Amino acid sequence: MAINDDVLVIGGGIAGLTSAIAAAKTGAQTRLVTHKQSTLGNASGLVDVLGYAPGEDTPLSDPFEAFEQLPDDHPYSKVGADAVRDGLALFDDAVGDEYLGDHAETNALVPTHAGSVKPTARYPRSIAPGLASDDRDTLLIGIDSVTGFDAPMAADHLDAVGVPFDVRGETVRFPKSFPQDADVTRYARALDRNEPTDDGPVRKVLAARVDDRLDGEGRVGFPAVLGDSRHETVRTELQDRLGVDVFEVPTGPPSLPGLRLEDALYEAAEDAGVRITSGNPIVDYDADNGRVEQVLLDRLGSEVPYKAQQYVLATGGAVGGGIESDRDVVTESIFGLPVEHPDDRYEWFDDDVWGDHPYTKFGVSVDADLRPVAGDDVQFENVRAAGSVIGGYDFATEKSGCGVSLATGYVAGNTAGELL
Amino acid sequence: MSKQAQSETFDPVDVSPNAMEMDLRPGADKCDKNSNCETVCPVAEVNEDFPGPKFQGPEQWRLTRKGDLEFDESVDKCLNCMRCDTACTNDVPLGQMHNVARANYVDNQMSHASREFLRNKMLANYGILGKLGSMMPRISNTVFGLGATRWINEKLLGFPSERSFPDFATQTFRGWWSDRGGDATSAERAREARKARGEDGEDKKVAFFHGCYANYHQTEVAKSMVRLYESLGYEITVPEQSCCGTPMFANGMLEDARGVAEQNVDTFGALVDDGYDLVATCTSCSMALRKEYPELFDIDGIDEVASHMFDAVEYLRVNEDLEAELAGADVDFPAMTYHAPCHGEVMGVEGIATELLADVDGVELDDTGDVCCGLAGTYGWKEEKYEDSMEIGAEMFEAFEEAPGEVALTECPMCSAQIEHGTGYEVKHPMQLLETALVES
Repeated sequence: MAINDDVLVIGGGIAGLTSAIAAAKTGAQTRLVTHKQSTLGNASGLVDVLGYAPGEDTPLSDPFEAFEQLPDDHPYSKVGADAVRDGLALFDDAVGDEYLGDHAETNALVPTHAGSVKPTARYPRSIAPGLASDDRDTLLIGIDSVTGFDAPMAADHLDAVGVPFDVRGETVRFPKSFPQDADVTRYARALDRNEPTDDGPVRKVLAARVDDRLDGEGRVGFPAVLGDSRHETVRTELQDRLGVDVFEVPTGPPSLPGLRLEDALYEAAEDAGVRITSGNPIVDYDADNGRVEQVLLDRLGSEVPYKAQQYVLATGGAVGGGIESDRDVVTESIFGLPVEHPDDRYEWFDDDVWGDHPYTKFGVSVDADLRPVAGDDVQFENVRAAGSVIGGYDFATEKSGCGVSLATGYVAGNTAGELL
Repeated sequence: MSKQAQSETFDPVDVSPNAMEMDLRPGADKCDKNSNCETVCPVAEVNEDFPGPKFQGPEQWRLTRKGDLEFDESVDKCLNCMRCDTACTNDVPLGQMHNVARANYVDNQMSHASREFLRNKMLANYGILGKLGSMMPRISNTVFGLGATRWINEKLLGFPSERSFPDFATQTFRGWWSDRGGDATSAERAREARKARGEDGEDKKVAFFHGCYANYHQTEVAKSMVRLYESLGYEITVPEQSCCGTPMFANGMLEDARGVAEQNVDTFGALVDDGYDLVATCTSCSMALRKEYPELFDIDGIDEVASHMFDAVEYLRVNEDLEAELAGADVDFPAMTYHAPCHGEVMGVEGIATELLADVDGVELDDTGDVCCGLAGTYGWKEEKYEDSMEIGAEMFEAFEEAPGEVALTECPMCSAQIEHGTGYEVKHPMQLLETALVES
């Protein structure tokens, strides 16, 4: 006896969560199956749509303006700009006032931990005062034991890219000491709880140490460790004590803005009535007459069937495990869907490290309805793909990862739900 | 020869085909230090001196390869919740690595004459203690409840005096089972139920792994399981069995665990061969047989046992149309709050009952969210770890306070002990609710 739902979404990243919420909102009984609980710890928490047009080095002001330049097999060309807007609307609704940027279609420029600026469509509230379009002078504060953010270096880089304000970097000691290589969550927890130190509560002492370095700047940026569950309280107290705006600079994994986004999206999915099954991977399927009948979940050695009318495949690309390769061939990992790639694997990459690597665009091909195809042939009439399991775009170079996930997730989930 | 042709003649070989120790290298190599594991570790959250799961697993494994460095004693502070396993996006077998590291530490570095070792040995082999205690349950309950006993336990043995020892049931589950007529009665009742359900001739057979706690303490959970399964047409057998080994893994006593694993694999493997599926009501018992045995031991038949081992709620969800069964149910439950056990999450079986019950008339259910209870089997039973145990549990206690319900729901007997200790709530197992909804109503 299979576990039965209307729509089954495979994958727990942004594409999967978006699909599941979109499907559930049509009234379909929706289940999301995710192998691992946590998938957004690697995400910056920024939500981009399109940062760079193909072959361009200058960030786009309006991402939608460049859609016409995208090749036909780009996911945006398949679903169109309105799908992106629908995906963003779903996102805005799901995360509420945790995120900003929905007042305009233009990109915001967010300073990163490496001192570059990233064009992005939506950004967390905690990052907002740091935008590079704002001309207030900026002090970046590094914490000596948080190795992922070198504030003086980031400041120099921002200066070099020509931001329209003066920026300086200083490094301070955190008021509490942790064992070497302590994780960002330790700092966040200490700030969440405002833990006591010899010199007073941790937020107060940190603010005092930063105040000593402040030299008339109108805002102060910290690595993204300013609290987890109570992050707005932490940031507000630091702002009040310093008398200037305080913002976070997104840092690498495990990224607190990414984890906060994960919490917000899972909460939205649960509120929408999505059933969530986590801990085991979907590994196989049974199909009949061009339709997937059921998928099989591997629960540590035996397989359990999960059945639905419609399926959404949102398992990610090579990093997420949705696309896999051996020494000869690249395929999609559950349904064995074909992935277009050169026969010679020495043509999968470019010899220049910073070159144009073909593998970055590996993924399944889809029709306008997001159903995976081989050539022109739809592989299964009731399977749609969403997010980076789809090929044809290089999200890291063009800065389009979240936007593609939201747009294709919305279309795949909404269509699956509407078809019932 | 081209680059490509060269690489195609490359034929990887196993350099240590006869190694007796399991090779943890592939697991360690998968770690890319993204530290997602660290963000979910309940011990790291409350104990800032604890190097988290990434260190305890892949890093410690590499550091100790040459034999010139000892295992760090902090591995003893890992509570074996395996939340890191569920968090790792690269499939690093952190739980397995921690079990091996802990066993190395306990075997080679911990003084076997120390008070901690003796106490841990007692905790690890709770099955024996439970057997003795349950022989004279009333006397045991009185003795364990005495202030003097608690004082001695803390001062001499290192058990926290704050905790009261769980009461022994006046009759063990096995005693009840045997008085009731054992397998023959079960087969008869299941046959009648199948007939009433129009399922003639179906082969529905399960072997019940009750473990220690449901046999000596929470016997009502085991009895509910029996009555519920029989009502759905399942014949049950309850073979002689050993402790699952969970407390042994958690205390680094891998050889003790191997002993019980060999016995259990032998017994339950034979039943699998006879067409039985295996079920347990305790999520730590099912996890031991399903995940830890094959991760840690190479025993003949172990994979068959592991792949046939199910959580009792999960098994019914997979094999019966519980949604249809529950559709007509109308129950009068008090408002309840569910707590998902960590080991249930590791197997992906948490919350199955709440998903099903949520739509039933008369059910009001909340959830404590994704938090560890802090008891972790034997961990919270150690005087020096009591404070950490309660601090880890604080988030769960708060969640219970905030939720409207005053009855708790969980699959794990150890979580339930911690819930009782920290909140005073009555605790139910999903089997008991499902029995009420499906058999009694």
